[in-house]
Amino acid sequence: MPLTEGKPALGYGALLIRGLLAGLIAGLLAGCFAYVAGEPKVDAAIAIEEANAHADGAAADHHDEELVGRDAQKGGLFLATGLYGAAMGGLLATAYTLLRRRLRTPSDTRAALSLAGAALLGVVLVPYVKYPPNPPAVGNPATIDQRTISYLAILVIGLVAVWASVVAARTQRAEWRQAIAAVTGFLVVVAVGYLLLPTVDEVPDTFPADLLWNFRLASLGTQVLLWTALGLAFAALLTARRTPATQPGRETVAAG
Amino acid sequence: MPKAQPVRPLSTPAISARLLWTAFAVVSLMLLLTYLVAFDQGAVSRSGMFLHELMHDGRHLLGVPCH
Repeated sequence: MPLTEGKPALGYGALLIRGLLAGLIAGLLAGCFAYVAGEPKVDAAIAIEEANAHADGAAADHHDEELVGRDAQKGGLFLATGLYGAAMGGLLATAYTLLRRRLRTPSDTRAALSLAGAALLGVVLVPYVKYPPNPPAVGNPATIDQRTISYLAILVIGLVAVWASVVAARTQRAEWRQAIAAVTGFLVVVAVGYLLLPTVDEVPDTFPADLLWNFRLASLGTQVLLWTALGLAFAALLTARRTPATQPGRETVAAG
Repeated sequence: MPKAQPVRPLSTPAISARLLWTAFAVVSLMLLLTYLVAFDQGAVSRSGMFLHELMHDGRHLLGVPCH
């Protein structure tokens, strides 16, 4: 209790700014990781894609038009992860504002990290296992709409699963029963989602397995890094507001 | 009767109708931004495939279906 006692509430605007800033930082960090770990895999996949296109003699694939060159695309990577991170930071700050009072912990840091962890589980790990990301040269353009809808569906199911996990845990009193209820609630929702949604299997037989594995690992690293850094940065910015200067009565405490 | 909330979190503002409307607007804006980064094919941004191609590598590495 001493952490929050006597401290003024932050307004939504102040929380939102912190979320956006944390998201931008996290996005740029994830962009650096993706640039180092992911770009060589994307380059290798594009080389395969172009070799296939030449072998088929097929023209007019949208990559052949070179609307944006490869170097610009690598710069665009940072734009993409930065904006995506900022958007996720804004959503995290909003979730924090609306849900903070429902999270049963006196610690703001724990509350912020739990929400980021829940998002990591719901919007990264659950979708990742059902629809692992694919590099260029993998995927049938004709099915992109259906795959996008399925992806969004599993994302929503991931968030519902996390929510179900919390609701299930709160029906129990003993801690060990809460843990079992949480895991069960989560798994039931995820299992139903995985069974109902269509399977996607569009990796060509000729695509190198190690390249696919390395690309997917780089993608997982990028997303896990983004959400981990977002949670940590948001928690840090939340706590950093507690400056003794605005609390004259507490200076002696801070000095001690 | 047990106390529902032993904790007194003060780091967030009180939930009001005004706050909820603002939050709704912010969430819509954030989702639009996410859409432009991760899903746009030119239909919303009116930029043709330019935005799509510019942020192409980010889409792949953020795990979004691309093409």
